[in-house]
Amino acid sequence: MANEVCFRTLEYLKQPWELEEYKSRGGYEVLTHILKNKVGPSEVVETMKASGLRGRGGAGFPTGLKWSFISRNAPGQKYVVCNSDEGEPGTFKDRDILRYNPHQLIEGMVIAGYAIGATVGYNYIRGEFWEEYERFEAALEQARAAGFLGDNLLGSGFDFQLHSHLGGGAYVCGEETALLESIEGKKGQPRFKPPFPAHFGLYGRPTIINNTESLSSVPVILKEGGEWFKELGVENSGGSKLFSISGNINNPGVFEVPLGTPFSELFELVGGMKDGRKLKAVIPGGCSSPVIPGEQMMDLTMDYDAIQKAGSMLGSGAIVIIDDQQCMVKMLDRMSYFYHEESCGQCTPCREGTGWLWRVVNRIENGKGRQEDLDLLESVCGKIAGRTVCALGDAAAMPVRGMLKYFQEEFQYHIDHKRCMVGAGPTKGLG
Amino acid sequence: MKILNNPLQARNKEEIFSEEIRQDIDCWIAKYPPEWKQSAVMAALRIMQDDNGGWLTTELMDDVAEYLDMSPIHVYEVATFYSMYELKPVGKHKICICTNIACMINDSDSIVKHLKKKLEIGFGEVTEDGRFSLKEVECLGACGGAPMFQIGRKYYENLTPQVVDSILDGLE
Ligand SMILES: Cc1cc2nc3c(=O)[nH]c(=O)nc-3n(C[C@H](O)[C@H](O)[C@H](O)COP(=O)(O)O)c2cc1C
Ligand code: FES
Repeated sequence: MANEVCFRTLEYLKQPWELEEYKSRGGYEVLTHILKNKVGPSEVVETMKASGLRGRGGAGFPTGLKWSFISRNAPGQKYVVCNSDEGEPGTFKDRDILRYNPHQLIEGMVIAGYAIGATVGYNYIRGEFWEEYERFEAALEQARAAGFLGDNLLGSGFDFQLHSHLGGGAYVCGEETALLESIEGKKGQPRFKPPFPAHFGLYGRPTIINNTESLSSVPVILKEGGEWFKELGVENSGGSKLFSISGNINNPGVFEVPLGTPFSELFELVGGMKDGRKLKAVIPGGCSSPVIPGEQMMDLTMDYDAIQKAGSMLGSGAIVIIDDQQCMVKMLDRMSYFYHEESCGQCTPCREGTGWLWRVVNRIENGKGRQEDLDLLESVCGKIAGRTVCALGDAAAMPVRGMLKYFQEEFQYHIDHKRCMVGAGPTKGLG
Repeated sequence: MKILNNPLQARNKEEIFSEEIRQDIDCWIAKYPPEWKQSAVMAALRIMQDDNGGWLTTELMDDVAEYLDMSPIHVYEVATFYSMYELKPVGKHKICICTNIACMINDSDSIVKHLKKKLEIGFGEVTEDGRFSLKEVECLGACGGAPMFQIGRKYYENLTPQVVDSILDGLE
């Protein structure tokens, strides 16, 4: 039951990114049907609602509901924006969609435009993804030439222009309002919400912004029906999902499986641990989601509720699998550095707090930790989380709390013995 | 020093950049609403950076500002906010190595060590012959191929010191 949605064409085609090949597996049929039969936009939105699709960018907000916030008949320009900024450490699924299935994303974006009455769309691709950008551009050219993009699509009177925008290297631009600022030619600093993009979005106009995987799911949902999609998954977690799986494993990669699939099955898919090592811990939903001990993970299913109940988040579906040679202090040091480096600097708790967290973790890592540092970390987390304009601050606090919850012992060992409890012996810089 | 935003001294757009560059930037301007030319600033900076051997000077940023009818400070803000713009010279081949978690637990440290030793430079430095520079970057979204780096526009994955040697030796 794998590869039903975003990867549905991949195993059948040699060059699935080519228009003709995509069409040979039913590509653009849904769009054609909608345009030729003038399917009601509200019907499209209703199907999306029925599908139970939750945003695949990390927050898990219901896509159909988001679309319904836009009043289609309000005058003036509206926009559809795709978030291909993919910067959450551990995540590399949208890259595969851009590389291998760009037409399905294009088809999904045109349908989204039709549903909300937008005639222009942008796909924000992270700047480092140059090769993926070129692949997507080539697909845009083909779609334009075939009349799936442009004016008066297939004689329906509906126009839709689609462009890509390249980022410049900034994790925070994955946050939806920072991304909009970035398209507007500014620093990517998140906006205060409300107003939400559905009311005040790109260029101040009503905008829906969705993740690459969310939008690529649209054509299949409309083809097979909302119920069909929902049934793929489990309660509260409709559909299948792309999981980017990396770490100390034999066969890393992106796998599409139904939501609710046991982690242990995914673990088999990736061929288990490398070099016969032992599974120690799993980051289940990208760097920002709290770590879960390996044993506990083996009993969990991969869906929004199960992972949340375990105290973490499904997030973007980025699973990092960690073996028993890895020092959790060193890992947290690197993660905390990331948030410090990527904080946009706008909110004081995040700008100062992420640096503070990193410096404290870093001194523990380097054998200079103090006993009171563990409480200090917890207290700094409390001063960041929930006190910032965007969720980057929360994202910085969550992994710290997760590590301290399950692996405090290793931090304590670092403080007491000035070296690692596991793995490669003394930490760097220490005798 | 030229005085910007002074209509008396403003240049014709044709005088600012070569025709080729203008065509390239104009393609980007055309994607956005006419009153939002500044949306093309990221693209224009990238184009100028590529044209200038991989880094931006203040003069180039001023030119971009003038071309897009923006204030220079606004362009500097953008150029300093995003990590892919370089404000100092870089090597002909800019090696951007990811050291974030998936790469780290797949021993990106050993790749970093190997590169530093082989090229005799640290992060943020350029080799004496100007061929290489080294930069530590955050997750590049290729964690399945960890450890990895990007040189220019291309990703290289599943690196080992041997693979690194053959890649670098194969570059001009
Ligand atoms: C710091 C930060 C980084 C984010 N990065 C991404 C990203 O790279 N890609 C993405 O799709 N969403 C990212 N998001 C989530 C977006 O803000 C937004 O929720 C999402 O694009 C909406 O699309 P969806 O509902 O289809 O998931 C990020 C959020 C935050 C706070
Ligand atoms: S952690 Fe290195 S590419 Fe993602």
